[in-house]
Amino acid sequence: MVKQEIQYGFRDGIPIALGYFSVSFSFGIMAVSGGLSVFQAALTSLTNVTSAGQFAGLQIIIAAGTFLEMAVTQFIINLRYALMSLSLSQKLSEEVTMRQRLLIAFANTDEIFAVAMSHGKELTFPYMAGLQVLPILGWTFGTACGAAAGSILPATVNNALSVALYGMFMAVVIPAAKKARPVLTVVILAAVMSCLLYYIPAFAGISAGVSIIVCTVAASAAGAVLLPVSEDMSD
Amino acid sequence: MVYAYIAVMAVVTYLIRVIPLTVFHRKIENQYVRSFLYYVPYTCLTAMTFPAILYTTGNLWSALAGVAAAAVLAFQNKSLVTVAAAACLAVFVAEQVLIYL
Repeated sequence: MVKQEIQYGFRDGIPIALGYFSVSFSFGIMAVSGGLSVFQAALTSLTNVTSAGQFAGLQIIIAAGTFLEMAVTQFIINLRYALMSLSLSQKLSEEVTMRQRLLIAFANTDEIFAVAMSHGKELTFPYMAGLQVLPILGWTFGTACGAAAGSILPATVNNALSVALYGMFMAVVIPAAKKARPVLTVVILAAVMSCLLYYIPAFAGISAGVSIIVCTVAASAAGAVLLPVSEDMSD
Repeated sequence: MVYAYIAVMAVVTYLIRVIPLTVFHRKIENQYVRSFLYYVPYTCLTAMTFPAILYTTGNLWSALAGVAAAAVLAFQNKSLVTVAAAACLAVFVAEQVLIYL
């Protein structure tokens, strides 16, 4: 029973792990070109297991931002995980202990959450453990490989791979914006604000991390007030 | 110094994930808070992508090729990996072509 649950978890985790490997490869390249060592890049991926947060964090490290800026940026960008953990906790089997919850929380990523929630049954610890192991390894080794290869690969290849993460972000945003008009509206708002902060000389002193926080909070808050979503939509 | 940054990132990220799973696992009822949290991933990913994606490759034109490829395939609901790979390929091809222009 336990063995079968682990196997189901592994099976569902394989596609996530493959995707993570390829995307984190480009994070590794970026991290090394930003001055991190291969070990530091891999350690970041192993301890964080989050694309958007790590990516923003990398920009703050490169810009030598403050720890407060780092903490606030991570808090805002990763706040969505709180909502996901909340949903996930409602679907966990009652047999899952507190210690097991502490482990499951570690790699509750967008993709793992999505797969776990679409799993037909109550979630057991063996299933969740099986589901998370391969994606964590894929994310960490992909980063290490990218970081190691980044300094060897020709510039044209590095340039090409550097858009992988952005491509993945667009793959998350565009289908959602297509499906729901309010999402399209807030997303356009965020893009316009981000460009204004970037191009208007008066805002030149604003760092990448602060810009991400400001745009995320302002656009999301405007959306929440002007276009509050219905109960079933935000589940 | 880099390790301190990594530690801050990891601790904040873990706390966000672990607290709702352990301490208070009740449903958020407030519609505005739920809406805000619902929009956060999309606004955040967008703010990180634009305009930064335009300046991550060798030149603006290859970056635009990557954006176009990603936009078309994402619009067709292709998987994350497919869209990411297509964006990379478009940038690579564009930079090869641009050499000869």
